[in-house]
Amino acid sequence: MSEKTVDTTNTYLDMELLRFTTAGSVDDGKSTLIGRLLFDSKAIFEDQMEAIELASKRKGEEHVNLALLTDGLRSEREQGITIDVAYRYFATPKRKFIIADTPGHIQYTRNMVTGASTANVALILVDARNGVLEQTIRHAFIASLLQIPHVIVCINKMDLMEYSEARYEEIREAFMAFSSKLNIKDVRFVPISALKGDNVVTRSEKMDWYEGPTLMYLLESIHIGSDYNHTDGRFPVQYVIRPQSDEFHDFRGYGGRVAGGVFKAGEKVKVLPSGFTSKIKTVELFGKQIEEAFAPQSVTITLEDDIDISRGDMIVPENNSPEIGQDIDIMLCWLNEKPMNLGGKYMLKHTTNDVRCMIKEVVYKIDINTLDHNESDKAIGLNEIARVRLRTTKPLFFDSYRDNRITGSVTIIDEGTNNTVGAGMIV
Amino acid sequence: MKKYYTNHLRELEAESIYVMREVAAQFEKPVLLFSGGKDSIVMFYLARKAFYPAKVPFPLMHIDTGHNFPETIEYRDNLMDETGANCIVRYVQDTINSGKVSEETGINASRNMLQTTTLLDAIEELKFDCAMGGGRRDEEKARAKERFFSHRDEFGQWDPKNQRPELWNIFNGKKKMGEHFRVFPLSNWTEMDVWQYIYHEDIPIPNLYFTHKREVFNRDGMWLATAPFMEMKENEKVEVRDVRCRTIGDITCTGVTLSKANSLEDIIQEVAATRVTERGGRYDDKRSESAMEDRKKEGYF
Repeated sequence: MSEKTVDTTNTYLDMELLRFTTAGSVDDGKSTLIGRLLFDSKAIFEDQMEAIELASKRKGEEHVNLALLTDGLRSEREQGITIDVAYRYFATPKRKFIIADTPGHIQYTRNMVTGASTANVALILVDARNGVLEQTIRHAFIASLLQIPHVIVCINKMDLMEYSEARYEEIREAFMAFSSKLNIKDVRFVPISALKGDNVVTRSEKMDWYEGPTLMYLLESIHIGSDYNHTDGRFPVQYVIRPQSDEFHDFRGYGGRVAGGVFKAGEKVKVLPSGFTSKIKTVELFGKQIEEAFAPQSVTITLEDDIDISRGDMIVPENNSPEIGQDIDIMLCWLNEKPMNLGGKYMLKHTTNDVRCMIKEVVYKIDINTLDHNESDKAIGLNEIARVRLRTTKPLFFDSYRDNRITGSVTIIDEGTNNTVGAGMIV
Repeated sequence: MKKYYTNHLRELEAESIYVMREVAAQFEKPVLLFSGGKDSIVMFYLARKAFYPAKVPFPLMHIDTGHNFPETIEYRDNLMDETGANCIVRYVQDTINSGKVSEETGINASRNMLQTTTLLDAIEELKFDCAMGGGRRDEEKARAKERFFSHRDEFGQWDPKNQRPELWNIFNGKKKMGEHFRVFPLSNWTEMDVWQYIYHEDIPIPNLYFTHKREVFNRDGMWLATAPFMEMKENEKVEVRDVRCRTIGDITCTGVTLSKANSLEDIIQEVAATRVTERGGRYDDKRSESAMEDRKKEGYF
């Protein structure tokens, strides 16, 4: 990026992008918390504020209802509930944030999974009066299933519990007791009052027993640089660039987004599935050479040798291959009203590959409230999660979801309706 | 350990390029909707990056309401000359002449709604199966729930309650005959991101975005530019002011901002300090609480 020297413009230049998801139900103060983050970072504008003030008045509500800000669609406003994932944006001088705001009711597991799929951080809200509930377990489980690297548990409404340290500790321990069974890399706890603003952006004066950072500080400083896999080189070929012009007569480039590892000129690579080897000639974008490309960059790669490569192929380092196979176990979340058809055929999307697959076996189904495994129930319906075994028509080049969220994820598509009906994490 | 770091503009750029390459790979006949506004300018710029050194593998299309700022048309024609790109133009006036829609009348008359018919006709006539637009989720609350790949039925309509789940970076562009998609590569950009990107990449933009003297009048607190087709109320009087456009749409419904910003640095500072949304200056959104949602359902951009 070119060097520019203007104060305000530069403050915004070196920001990292952090995506987080919030899950919570109607009464735990999620909308208030989001409203506070947006409001305190000046992301709510006067005309938006005026619009929700008007709408609150029309409904005869006493206070300005910040939830109206997040209820985007008419049916949602009419029913007073959030139905779909809504994306919100705000920035502080340190980071730009994308919130995937998802409803927390059990029937919206689908949306929670969707919001979680791209998140670096999950915010889980717990009402200090109620403590850890079934839905808290559900949210934490989904965060771990989707491998969100960081979880921040916001123990909210501390003002209604007299800012009690004992209550905070009690909830913290209850959460740790079950989350230790889950695979969550990094869990933090913050006692807050979203309504009063305690420990959201500014430190609470009511909880001097809490020595940790505020929620905003955590969001601004949590280390996300290593959330991508920078070890195992994976470059799914997305689009073959062949100008066929006089000037670039022999140019043959492979457009794609790095899914893992680091790619640079001179490196020896192998192309899957053919197995042909070559050397990277250039890594470039818009005619500019790039020294090294890593996830999540979109670049164009050219090779020393003319090999037949097309969309769906994968370029990997010569000595570091993903798994290659047609029998794949996934953790499947079913997203559609029409139940999964065991033994049925579906389309499957994986990186830049489209294949067909058959669902061969349900290994077990998970009760998302108790986390128990059920090996006898094979019926998988909307919002249910199960470990299933697939067979694909063509080999896929994949990693486990734990190692790589990009090469480890698949979606399942109904061939009759073309709808996306399942989301899978490769085990 | 070495730190692999991507700043937010580079990450947004990478995401948009990825989306456009998916469009080129998944659809047979995509088109990029170009309005001459900053978002479509950035989108076209990113498309050039995505496919360089090859040409952008899809045409552009401008739905011309006939109520444009003349500067927009001039900018569009110059850009096409410089890049050698192909821009198809379809006119709302032709749709009116054909009797399919009738011109709104009255003081707040606008051709904004009529564009939808012209757009859907053009998609059908030219058999486009995907139209990329510069819509951003931060613009308006109905857009906040829009997908990158947004499925439209054979009538071009959007069903917000029946959207396809969109997970990770996997986009599902499968469709039946006659259906098409709207794709929004800039979904995750904010107004500020767009300006910063224009600044850092030195992307030329129409002069309308910078301060200039213009004949304007005030309607309900909003400054509107004069034009031969603009009807004015009796008490509205024309004055010459220093203004700039924060967003470029039709003259009839695009408010201008009193501003002395004459460089991108000035604009970025102004955006950073401003307390009203971009679309706060759009008369078309003020019609009702769900004005945008209703237009989108019918097939608006």
